[in-house]
Amino acid sequence: MTTEVVDMITVVVDGFEVSVPKGTLVIRAAEKLGIQIPRFCDHPLLDPVGACRQCLVDIEINGRAFPKPQASCTIPVEPGMIVKTQLTSPVAEKAQRGVMELLLINHPLDCPVCDKGGECPLQNQAMSNGQGETRFEGVKRTFQKPINISSQVLLDRERCVLCARCTRFSEQIASDPFITLNERGALQQVGIYENKPFESYFSGNTVQICPVGALTGAAYRFRARPFDLVSTPSACEHCSSGCDMRTDVRRGKTLRRLAGDDPTVNEEWNCDKGRWAFKYVTSVDRLTTPLVRNASGELVAASWPEALAAAAKGLKAAKAAVLVGGRATHEDAYGYSKFARVALNTNDIDFRSRLSSDEEREFLAARVVGLSTTYMDIDRADHVLLIGFEPEEESPIVFLRLNKQVRKRALKVSAIATKLSIGVEKLKGEFVKVAPGQESAAIAAQSLTSKSVILVGERAAESAGVLSAVAALADSSNAKIAWIPRRAGERGALEAGAIGNLLPGGRPVEDAAARVDIAALWGADSLPTTVGKNTNEIFAAVNAGEIGALLVGGVDPLDSEYSQAALAALEKAFVVSLEIASSAVTQRADVVLPVAAVTEKSGSFLNWEGRARSFDAAVQDSLNRSDLRILSMIAEEMGTSVHLATVTAAIKEISSIGKWDGARASMNKVSSASLPAVSGDQFILTSWRRLLDLGTLQQGEENLAGTARKTVAVISPKRAQAMGVADGDQLKISTSLGSVTLSALVEDIHDDAVWAPRNSRGSQLLVNLGVAHGAVVTVVKA
Amino acid sequence: MSEQLEPLKKNEISVNDVAFTQIETGDSVGLLGHLKGFWIPFSKIFKKTLTVEYPEVKAPTAERFHGRHQLNRHPDGLEKCIGCELCAWACPADAIYVEGADNTKDNQMSPGERYGKVYQINYLRCVFCGLCIEACPTRALTMTNEYELADDSRTKLIFEKEDLLAPLRQGMLMPPHPMYPDMDDSNYYKGDVTQSHPSQDVK
Repeated sequence: MTTEVVDMITVVVDGFEVSVPKGTLVIRAAEKLGIQIPRFCDHPLLDPVGACRQCLVDIEINGRAFPKPQASCTIPVEPGMIVKTQLTSPVAEKAQRGVMELLLINHPLDCPVCDKGGECPLQNQAMSNGQGETRFEGVKRTFQKPINISSQVLLDRERCVLCARCTRFSEQIASDPFITLNERGALQQVGIYENKPFESYFSGNTVQICPVGALTGAAYRFRARPFDLVSTPSACEHCSSGCDMRTDVRRGKTLRRLAGDDPTVNEEWNCDKGRWAFKYVTSVDRLTTPLVRNASGELVAASWPEALAAAAKGLKAAKAAVLVGGRATHEDAYGYSKFARVALNTNDIDFRSRLSSDEEREFLAARVVGLSTTYMDIDRADHVLLIGFEPEEESPIVFLRLNKQVRKRALKVSAIATKLSIGVEKLKGEFVKVAPGQESAAIAAQSLTSKSVILVGERAAESAGVLSAVAALADSSNAKIAWIPRRAGERGALEAGAIGNLLPGGRPVEDAAARVDIAALWGADSLPTTVGKNTNEIFAAVNAGEIGALLVGGVDPLDSEYSQAALAALEKAFVVSLEIASSAVTQRADVVLPVAAVTEKSGSFLNWEGRARSFDAAVQDSLNRSDLRILSMIAEEMGTSVHLATVTAAIKEISSIGKWDGARASMNKVSSASLPAVSGDQFILTSWRRLLDLGTLQQGEENLAGTARKTVAVISPKRAQAMGVADGDQLKISTSLGSVTLSALVEDIHDDAVWAPRNSRGSQLLVNLGVAHGAVVTVVKA
Repeated sequence: MSEQLEPLKKNEISVNDVAFTQIETGDSVGLLGHLKGFWIPFSKIFKKTLTVEYPEVKAPTAERFHGRHQLNRHPDGLEKCIGCELCAWACPADAIYVEGADNTKDNQMSPGERYGKVYQINYLRCVFCGLCIEACPTRALTMTNEYELADDSRTKLIFEKEDLLAPLRQGMLMPPHPMYPDMDDSNYYKGDVTQSHPSQDVK
């Protein structure tokens, strides 16, 4: 690591000397001394603009004073500068009071109906730096009361102080310049384009940084006042970015979530999904009591002891396997991992309830587990290569970080993908177009350096040979690899060994020393020695009668390419399901045990960096138990013990595992499959999930769903011409299982490929087509 | 519990060392003294009585007596409460619970954008200080002179919005109903609306 030499400059603020790095703004130098200069437009992560004029101070450099007070948020410190704020300069104080008076001339006195009331910088600073009485007797300028600038953001133009925080955020941070300042003078106002709604994935941040109540969120509108809320620092459960969050709860109900401030991860931002998708917790079909299937085959409510006894009996009676799902916390995943080995004596456990491969499992063991590539590596990279990964849709904070570097220093971003996405376009990235399944050759052709970073998404596992090619590229160039799964719990589950080829702490199952390590820790005589089955193999084994029982936690069977096999397996096996709400699994389960949602329990997620993002229960006094606790109870009932009654116990045990210092597992090279031949109206399907779609955790939030991108099917201009299809025409994509009909969009994509969103409204590919990537489908004009 | 007493400090005297002495009573008051005492009640017999036979008779309270709260209505029947929670904020006893909500086209409860969806006052907590009344920006919350606030359960003493709302008077319509035609919320606050308009009767 190189340490940058920073020139320090000493200035005097209100008679106190302070040394700050060169380039620091006067307002920050004053902050360092604890002197608060009032401000609205100033935001440390946005470019200075000097729009509100509230931060006026008197400045003198080497004895020469500025003739008038200056905006301290736009002027960097200089040697010999003497700054007098409102505390020592009557001129600055009067100037600030005057600006405040001007800002309040047209500001409505509707604080009682305004959501910002009680946490409003304008209210606070009008009290601290305003003059209390108005001299303005005219009629205030009025605008139509709130207008929806998107389904989730409301704009009240009367309240706006024209600080341009929202427009600067959208332009500089999110690169979604859909919101801008229109008109001039007293009529200046924030507005959106007529034909482009404010459909940004990051629009919620504008609500959070608005210093007045001009931008408000539809979900939180009129729900509460700040003094009603109990705020708990928490972590986001929606993706593996690992955002720091604040969850505000009123009377046991989550009312809003805000982005927390963590400069090393999400800075002060988050995405709209993380901010607004929390209603699934209070959804109507939430499970409240344990259910047990009775003799006549119906699921009926049961007591906890009864349900636990039934679960234990069923899991003991047959050979069992465990499916965890990628949403479990690190501690819960560890619980499942230990339960599988200790109580069920099997390595048949897999957290990947999605399209996956054995190549991926080996890649994770060889290249990911226990290692860490961080946001800092992105900040320092000379070239970032995206493979099977669409940052804006699958890990939005990674997108913001890339965007920051692109904007700051023109970071080179290349995407090896089947289709050019909006996100990559915004990153001004190089688009390496490949046919679905044919990424390997393009990867091998890349030349990287040791300062480059390869961001690999979970979709890389969907094409054979891609991860082998990534490993080879990393070896030849010394570039860093970061594996960025979509779900928040996957990295934690990997580290916890909730996968067939790894024990906790990245210890290979096949390594005898590793098994002894963990067996000693767990007090077990021995651990199962063979590498466990993967998700699809587990379902196949159930259908073949080799496995008789399944322990399932947070899995959607329709996420799998073999969804029909999965459903059949769930029908056939004795299934114990740990779930928060009724699902396709619970409907087929024999014992259903309700568990706590993320807001109701403590724990941690490991984000894609492997960084722990721990959180406390935001909703206290919930009767729901964490998966860990329930697993411990089932184990007790089975006559063994996993000794993990509490999250604290799990954290303690996990921290005592330590790093694996033995040999890492190696990876077998897999060569890529050849391009399937297509003819006539056949295409090769390719897809990815969008940020806002029909995901389980987004249920019940209609306002959020309103800003989801349009569901389209993308084909190349050449094929479109051949088929006589123009933008907006209906295309029917079908397989032997079923079909979806979407409106066409002609874009830059491989001639043999058709792209559609994987799980959006009207386009649930795995449910309707049974395939999602690399398969041949038929596309006709509908 | 065998609690060990601390040893005495200097200048402290043990209780056991204090001598008990008989308290001296005064001389007898005599017959005149007794008559003097009885004269006071006797003389009151001929004066006007101040007590009343409550609950058969109820004396009016002082005009500004702080009694049960009332949620007032605009002259057309719309609620004045906008659910701003300033009363709850001002309350020193944490006796008020408010939840605001959106007025929609089909469900207009008060003029403007916002109304109080849930409004509760807990009379087990209320100290009748009247700070909530001072805080109310729309004069929705006032106090009546009603003082009979006793009951046999705790839940009954948590008054809901329907217990607190003022009755419909002459010219008022039961909300939800639209605002007075061609008027907006500021007209309501200026007092331009004096009674309901036939077009507001949507039921």
